[in-house]
Amino acid sequence: MNKENEILKSLEEDQKKITTLQELNELKVKYLGKKGLITELNAEIKNVAVEEKKAFGQMVNALKEKFLNFYESKKESLEEEILNKKLEQEAIDISLPSKKVKRGSLHPMTRITEEFEDLFVSMGYTVYEGPEIESDENCFQKLNLPKGHPARDAQDTFYLKDEYENYLLRTQTSTAQVRAMEDHTEKGPLRIVCPGKVYRRDEDATHSHQFMQIEGLVIDENISMADLKGTLELFCKKILGEKTKVRFRPSFFPFTEPSVEVDVSCFKCQGKGCALCKGTGWIEVLGAGMVHPHVLEMSGYDSKKYQGFAFGTGIDRFAMFKYGIPDIRTIYGNDIRFIEQFDRKDSE
Amino acid sequence: MKLSRKFVSDYIDLDPELSIEQIALDMTNVGNEFDSASPWVSCTNLVVGEVLECENHPDSDHLHVCQVDVGKEVLQIVCGAPNVRKGLKVIVALPGAKLPLGEIKKTTIRGVESNGMICSIAELGIDHKYLEEKDYKGIHEFDKEAPVGSDPIALLGYDDEIIDFELTSNRGDLLSILGMAYELGAIYKKKVKEMEVSFKENKEKIERDFHVEVKTDYCSLFLAKKVVGVKIKESPDFIKKRLMASGIRPINNVVDISNYVMLETGQPLHYYDADRLGDQIVVRMAKEGEKLTTLDGIERTLSTEDIAITNGEDVIGLAGVMGGLSTEVEMDTKDIIIESAIFDNVKIRKTSKKILRSEASNRFEKGLDPKRSYLAILRSCHLLEKYADATIVGGMIEYNHENMDEKVIEITLDKIKKVLGIEISMEEVKNIFLDLDFKVDVEKEKMIVTVPTRRLDISIAEDLIEEVGRIYGMDKIEGKLPILDVITGSYNKTRRNIKHKLADLGLNETFSYSLIPNQEVHRFTTDHFKEVMLDYPMSEDKNTLRYSLLYSLKEIYLYNKARNQSNISIFEIGKGFYQEEDIYKEDLKLAILMSGDYYLDIQNQKVDFYIIKGICEELFNYLGYENRYRFEASSNLPKEFHPGQSANIILQGKQVGVIGKIHPNILKEDVYAMEINLDQLLQNRPTRMEYKDIPKYPSIEKDFAFVVKKNIMAEELIEIIKKTGGKLLTNVRIFDVYEGEKVGVDEKSIAFKLTFMDPTRTLTEDEVMTVFNKIIEKVENNLSAKLRDE
Repeated sequence: MNKENEILKSLEEDQKKITTLQELNELKVKYLGKKGLITELNAEIKNVAVEEKKAFGQMVNALKEKFLNFYESKKESLEEEILNKKLEQEAIDISLPSKKVKRGSLHPMTRITEEFEDLFVSMGYTVYEGPEIESDENCFQKLNLPKGHPARDAQDTFYLKDEYENYLLRTQTSTAQVRAMEDHTEKGPLRIVCPGKVYRRDEDATHSHQFMQIEGLVIDENISMADLKGTLELFCKKILGEKTKVRFRPSFFPFTEPSVEVDVSCFKCQGKGCALCKGTGWIEVLGAGMVHPHVLEMSGYDSKKYQGFAFGTGIDRFAMFKYGIPDIRTIYGNDIRFIEQFDRKDSE
Repeated sequence: MKLSRKFVSDYIDLDPELSIEQIALDMTNVGNEFDSASPWVSCTNLVVGEVLECENHPDSDHLHVCQVDVGKEVLQIVCGAPNVRKGLKVIVALPGAKLPLGEIKKTTIRGVESNGMICSIAELGIDHKYLEEKDYKGIHEFDKEAPVGSDPIALLGYDDEIIDFELTSNRGDLLSILGMAYELGAIYKKKVKEMEVSFKENKEKIERDFHVEVKTDYCSLFLAKKVVGVKIKESPDFIKKRLMASGIRPINNVVDISNYVMLETGQPLHYYDADRLGDQIVVRMAKEGEKLTTLDGIERTLSTEDIAITNGEDVIGLAGVMGGLSTEVEMDTKDIIIESAIFDNVKIRKTSKKILRSEASNRFEKGLDPKRSYLAILRSCHLLEKYADATIVGGMIEYNHENMDEKVIEITLDKIKKVLGIEISMEEVKNIFLDLDFKVDVEKEKMIVTVPTRRLDISIAEDLIEEVGRIYGMDKIEGKLPILDVITGSYNKTRRNIKHKLADLGLNETFSYSLIPNQEVHRFTTDHFKEVMLDYPMSEDKNTLRYSLLYSLKEIYLYNKARNQSNISIFEIGKGFYQEEDIYKEDLKLAILMSGDYYLDIQNQKVDFYIIKGICEELFNYLGYENRYRFEASSNLPKEFHPGQSANIILQGKQVGVIGKIHPNILKEDVYAMEINLDQLLQNRPTRMEYKDIPKYPSIEKDFAFVVKKNIMAEELIEIIKKTGGKLLTNVRIFDVYEGEKVGVDEKSIAFKLTFMDPTRTLTEDEVMTVFNKIIEKVENNLSAKLRDE
């Protein structure tokens, strides 16, 4: 039993000295190698009396197990130490700039258009787009603006070369309504919005010779001004905020009868009066009305059976309102420092 | 249209408690917008004063020190006007008075205390065009009787209030005091007073020695009366003030009366000097090139589109726009022929657009009520008799092809309710019509409404519904959502997907003008097309509709470069316009321009051809065109592109776009661009998205590199590799390209990684090597390539 104690004592001392994996492996050789202390002790079993062999074997196995327990746990802790050291050395400056592709952006006009489209599509409207070059007939005559009509003055028109009162750049997206009604062979209910570019000879801080409008049209058997108001109330609340109020004022458009101008409560001052609303608390944003029976008839609709409402507004104006852009020329200026600002999801 | 409160009050009683702002708002609520509503003269704290003493200022050669009695007290005021003197009754602005030039305060002028200011008319803010020299050269001198301490504004007749309306083009009837009175009457439920038109006629008859002949359909009504013995002088003050308040400069009593009646009735009149005119008027279309010197002394050249008033031979007036100089009423005029006529509104609009917009033409353009033509000529006689001592000649020449009948329109209560979406009773509707001075007969459910001829804008039931809505209050309509069938809405998803994809790829969307300079329209394309130009462009740099969007993107690049912004990655989707056999066409196009940094990295990598090519491939693959397009080097590239760094984009044999570097002649910097015809591209259906089995057996990868001549395209190698590799070769990828010392000057090395796989079994090394070696042999033989030893 002397040998056992010797080994135990030696192991106890040796354990304390181990600091590296290599030392640990050398220790394994010292105890469990071919000539290892425990291996050699085990070999002595042949000299042990038969009745003591079992106890001797158990003693050696216990020694072996003790060593291996130490070995495994020490190995694990040494390896972890090495890994930790390596990780420490691999530390980087996480504050350095990232590697990435530039972040793109959609133009505010696209963003507003999509917002409008999504809202109306969710209510069953179809987005209908027409061409930008139009006939005088579609742009004016079929909208109840015959040649020589004084209301044509309000929309100073770009005619194409040698096409006076014949072909033009559309002055209003209402032309798309005419096309939609003409295309609709059943001449039945219709629900569309028409966004698009329009052109007028006009240019200053609030007018651009090219701008964007969106037009809405609903035709059915029982459509009224009340439906128009409800629809526009919903629209303005969704786009400009839930607190927005809508006001109707009678007006005149040749293609609607009755016609109204639609004001919204100023979203900047909540109707108290500020520079934006010129102190009135209201901002004019839309023109609307009930589709004129002549307009319905000219596009093949039975105005005795069907009536409908139409509305139109400038997308540019909404973009200016929504993002606080003071000058319409900024929108078409395409300064990259302007465009890049619209590169994320908006708050809702 | 400027509305004077005093003027309209001749025809309707307005509650004095009603402020001018309130009237303007009430009018807005029935559809008549206004620009401004305010007192004519907005000065405060003015009184009539009497100059008791007037002495020279001790320290000035032109100032006077005055003691002025203003009723309650006597104030010392320093005054610089040359006409100030003792005993004068003057306008005094008391300390605290607000004048257009600022607030008047107690002050000291060169050591002398001054407690206010003695004013000229000009200093009250009266428009300069109405002023005589004395009104701005010196202080105003009242009559001796002017009561000290009273309101000088009222004494001067400037105590009026004015609303400046911006009327809609359908309401020509509101271009008259009477029309305004009817509108206000409907709002405030007041009756409009009758107009005074009585006068005496002498025993003569105009028809005896004067004739009118109308030789054109564009004149539907022509009335003429004659007055004799007029005395030309200054108009009575009230006429002058009302003209001024309405924006018209007074001239003399006769001319002023014609304008006054036009303002009252909306019917423009013309007065001819009867002696200068001769014995007839012939109305006809002008001859091409015919000349007329108009009242303003300018010689005008007429065309066959203009309606001419002639004396049978020469043109003496441009109908509806302006009279001629030769028959003008002058100081010595005695006898006058009065014309009250209706000319075609479209013709007048054209002529006035060409020659001159006037108060008269504005009214003719909007259309006139024939009943008013009669009323106006009678009213004119009444006023000429009263204020110009005229004797009215008996009879009237009448040429009248106008329909004088009032319109009768039937409408049901149901229809009104159905269109407006409101609950309203028959009684309420009837009252609205009565307030508007329409006649109404009720027959069971029907209302038969008779509309006065002045309301030219009303002709169908819907117009009456609008009247009901206007007076009821459009804003009182309660909004509700329409009850409609549930249907699916839709929009152009693909275009939106493209925009979002490109934004996700780091590009910024731009929005530029379609109109560009003509000399730029054929750039950035090799297409032959006829461009679309404008008739009367705003400017030469916006006279043509663009065909390619790249001109616009180039301009945007330059704009930003000038502002030191050099990292530009932009795109735009818009129309390209052209003509094809006289049909106007527009194609949807996508253009991209990139320059500077695209990868934001510490080591910047500048945009090159391969980055923009990558954008194009990303987009095409995303749209479902993978393996169906290629980039083709070509000698047929737009000359604005670098010939060696550009390509045509071919999808299934058809060119859909162009890509490459912008030619250094156009932009010195390294700028890359591409343009795709989206209409053409999207005609191709995307490949269907379909599940493919995930490989069960391992693949084997092999690498090799070839040295080839520089002019050999990688694409050519890949083509041979793929062809020879057959089915087992599932992928070929270039992983390195080398040019430099290790290869010849005109050579390059391209390294490929090949992937072999069979979906049904595990491949053996031997069979892969057999194919691999066959590929090497083919490439070497066909392209005189050398396998590069590692």
